[in-house]
Amino acid sequence: MMKFLTSLFLGTALLVAPAQAQNQPLRIEITEGVIEPLPFAAPNFVPDTPAAAEYSAQLARVVAADLSGTGLFREIGSDAYISQVSSFEAPVQFADWKAINAQALVTGAVNVSGNQLTVRFRIWDVFSGAELGNGLQFAGTTDGWRRMAHKVADQVYSRITGETGYFDSRVAFVSESGPKNQRRKRLAIMDYDGANVQYLTDSSAIVLAPRFSPTGDRVLYTSYESGTPRIYVLDVGRVQRRVLQSQEGTMSFAPRFSPDGQTVLYSLAQGGNTDLWSMNIGSGQSARLTNAPSIETAPSYSPDGSQIVFESDRSGTPQLYIMPARGGEARRISFGKGRYGTPVWSPRGDYIAFTKQNKGRFHIGVMRTDGSEERLLTASFLDEGPTWAPNGRVIMFTRETQGASGRSALYSVDISGRNLRPVRTPDGGSDPAWSPLQ
Amino acid sequence: MNLLGKIAAPIALVALAACSNTDPSAWGSGGAGGAGAGGAGAGVASDPTSPAYFQQAIGDRVLFSVDQSTLTAEAQTILQGQADWLLRNVDFTATIEGHADEQGTREYNLALGARRANAAREFLISRGVAGNRLKTVTYGKERPIEICSEEACYAKNRRAVTVLTGATTG
Repeated sequence: MMKFLTSLFLGTALLVAPAQAQNQPLRIEITEGVIEPLPFAAPNFVPDTPAAAEYSAQLARVVAADLSGTGLFREIGSDAYISQVSSFEAPVQFADWKAINAQALVTGAVNVSGNQLTVRFRIWDVFSGAELGNGLQFAGTTDGWRRMAHKVADQVYSRITGETGYFDSRVAFVSESGPKNQRRKRLAIMDYDGANVQYLTDSSAIVLAPRFSPTGDRVLYTSYESGTPRIYVLDVGRVQRRVLQSQEGTMSFAPRFSPDGQTVLYSLAQGGNTDLWSMNIGSGQSARLTNAPSIETAPSYSPDGSQIVFESDRSGTPQLYIMPARGGEARRISFGKGRYGTPVWSPRGDYIAFTKQNKGRFHIGVMRTDGSEERLLTASFLDEGPTWAPNGRVIMFTRETQGASGRSALYSVDISGRNLRPVRTPDGGSDPAWSPLQ
Repeated sequence: MNLLGKIAAPIALVALAACSNTDPSAWGSGGAGGAGAGGAGAGVASDPTSPAYFQQAIGDRVLFSVDQSTLTAEAQTILQGQADWLLRNVDFTATIEGHADEQGTREYNLALGARRANAAREFLISRGVAGNRLKTVTYGKERPIEICSEEACYAKNRRAVTVLTGATTG
């Protein structure tokens, strides 16, 4: 057990150490510094019933993909196995797993009765021969089998890293198709790993930048369906939406929920000038938070709801500022070279993710809430619009490629700058919004 | 070994099934497909009262520098022509679309497009066009007219386009 835990904790410490060791902005190359991922095995879950057989491999595959996808774990494939797990209750042959250097072992069983599916699992520290935490059981309907696999993986991740998991979560995004000058956009939602895509609007109107409510049941987004940009709130379960009240002759966009889900922060353009407003979503009562001739947009609350980070060009170029949630004096926090936008407060409260544009390149970066310890995590022709995984360790964003055939896609990256990966979507994708853990 | 008894956590499954049966087209309509194209019937450019003449002979768009919404001398000349035309052809209304190039975040470009559309609108109003004939909308970087990723294209995308929307006899 000790050895098992130590090896991954060491990895986590390495991930964080460079940032804490330096006060200067640090550019982390994706390819630099490789952490040795923790080897694990996830043999097919044991089917308790004949009907469970079809899920036995699929469950284990999703668990393994979740863990491998973090870059912190490395799966040992079944072709290396010396022994098989044919009974969930039988003693684990630790020597056989040690021999192939699997440090962690996930065993599971699956039972299907009618449309009810039950998953049991255990996590083993192979080298100490001890169980890591207690076995657990999840039950639900068969069409929710992927969620159960994600829940198992969340448990593994959480028990081994000490961090909350993020696999049982969803992503709202804009599905894109067609060339740049005729791009068709549809609001869509999917599991965090790209499975179970569901479309929430058709492509008849431009839709932009969905944002989840704190409980994940509603999504705010901007749509041109009335002819001008206006903010809509959509009930995800019922796929019903309504427009937020707005004054005639104004345009509103860049909405975001408050942590209590009661208030919507947004940008309102009136007479060519864009300022920040808030609206109580129940009463429709709105309040102006900024009043300046400069552009104020892309607001995001701190997790405790007391402050707002936003983007403003009041200094001449777009930069990041923090002000009290009710408005008032703002302090600038971005001072590096270039232009900063789309700040998003981490759900942990420790970092602010942002888009940075400098010398013709775009970056996703993070900084402390006082602007210190700026780190750029990515670089490309056009990266923008970061969103945080519910555990505040991973960021998803939009990457658009250059030129006439340019295409947008979703990517994710660790806050360490490691493990940059494309996120699978059926067509192009942009403006991801990561849900809370379900 | 009493595994089952330890923790049973049933999953409350999100009701997805209902959604996939919904026909999205039933509640989506309108929107901005052809931003930049003339809204009203085009007519022929030889007819000085036609939208086609407005688009081609007068010029329906003005261009901006990076991050700017200031009207250049050239832009003011075009807008003066638009104002004169609108004052002669009082049956038309217009929506001025503000656009940005792709070098900027989505949100900032929406705000920038709003600034540009408003700059054109204010100029037309200053030349006597009634404000209630002129709407604005920002498209940010959502509807580029040129799609290369070079300044030659960006320069054409940083624009305010006056789209005639009013009643016309064609």
